[in-house]
Amino acid sequence: MEYGYILLTFLIVLALGATLLAIGALVRPSVHSKFKLSAYESGMPILDDAHVSFNARYYLIAVMFVIFDIETIFLIPWAVHFDVLGLFGLIEIFIFITILIIGYFYAYRKGTFVIKG
Amino acid sequence: MFLVLVQIITMILTVVMAVAYMTWMERKIIGAIQNRYGVKHTGPFGLLQPFADVLKLITKESFSPDQVNKPLFKVAPLIVFVPAILSFSVIPFSYGLWVSDISVSLLFVLAMGSLGTYGIVFAGWSSNSKYPMISSLRSTAQMISYEVPLFLSLIGVIILTGSLSLKEIVEYQNEHMWLVFPQILGFLLFAVSAVAETNRAPFDLAEAETELVGGFFTEYPSMGFALFFLAEYASMFLMSAVAVTVFLGGWSGPFINHFDGSAKVVIGLMYFVIKVYVLMFIFVWLRATFPRLRYDQLMSFAWLYLIPLGLFNIILTAVLAYIF
Repeated sequence: MEYGYILLTFLIVLALGATLLAIGALVRPSVHSKFKLSAYESGMPILDDAHVSFNARYYLIAVMFVIFDIETIFLIPWAVHFDVLGLFGLIEIFIFITILIIGYFYAYRKGTFVIKG
Repeated sequence: MFLVLVQIITMILTVVMAVAYMTWMERKIIGAIQNRYGVKHTGPFGLLQPFADVLKLITKESFSPDQVNKPLFKVAPLIVFVPAILSFSVIPFSYGLWVSDISVSLLFVLAMGSLGTYGIVFAGWSSNSKYPMISSLRSTAQMISYEVPLFLSLIGVIILTGSLSLKEIVEYQNEHMWLVFPQILGFLLFAVSAVAETNRAPFDLAEAETELVGGFFTEYPSMGFALFFLAEYASMFLMSAVAVTVFLGGWSGPFINHFDGSAKVVIGLMYFVIKVYVLMFIFVWLRATFPRLRYDQLMSFAWLYLIPLGLFNIILTAVLAYIF
């Protein structure tokens, strides 16, 4: 039932957002011209697509993010049941974080966290 | 059912109005800091400025440039806007005042916060223009980097309260003490990450005007632009609300337990609103005070300092909580 309220909120917010977008399109007529419809750049004719290759560091950051994000998700159940798990849970989490920190230092030595440009 | 509907619509309208008036507040505060008036021509103290802005944006021509990928381009503002507002459905605004009380509300807020990133990627990629493309890459990398310390800073709170429900976290603080005291490091981490996560100055690399024009929404006209703008301020409001709920006691405050019934609800709401506005004032204050960071400093700050500190905070909290 509580999740139903969230679904209801979702539908209402979606309707609100879509209405706002639609109003913007309906209220004013559109007059197109070649230059109005071109991409915003320096004013010169545009030479090529913007979908060019980009710095591979971004990809490394994304990979590191996946690792650390999953780690955080693994920490949450332990944190919720901290009282129940006691010393056993504490040692387990120590081992878990230690393994992670070893990986972290490896990535650090490889220069993953230094972005240029 | 009808009551719930009224409650939901009230919540959404309140949030949207609060967000609209935040733009007014920001202009006034920055004006005062920089020794100017800020907005003053629309109504008393410029109070009607948000309405003037909306009217202006609605009457702007709505079109999509030739080079864009239409479906993604159209849907991206919604993907940013909807989760930002939807997260408010689980925030306990006051004692007994919330739309939905689920047992994993903290996780829900974090999940919704992550969803907004997709909208930014879609907006940048589908615009097929260089400035938005670069900006969306930058801001995605920034948001996912700062998401990690943001999550880590909350684990300490979960250890202490043993709950993922925002309602129970506030009740814990009402009984014991505000979690900012035992979790001061966690709070600072959360504050820094929250500013970076919402793409606000001094971490506003995504829309560094002097180099990237308008950031990932450069190509958006009219209401598409307005939705991105609303979403940015809504996520600022949300981060303040979460910080207040998790660290600063939510609706709890001095003498709150002497009241009951509707007086408790009203006073709790008052405490909540005051705390949220103090934090939002700090957001604006930061923008007026600090210069923008360099991009490589921004990224290495998250990975080299905030994440190790976050892990340290978890271990420290766990050991101390186990001993005492």
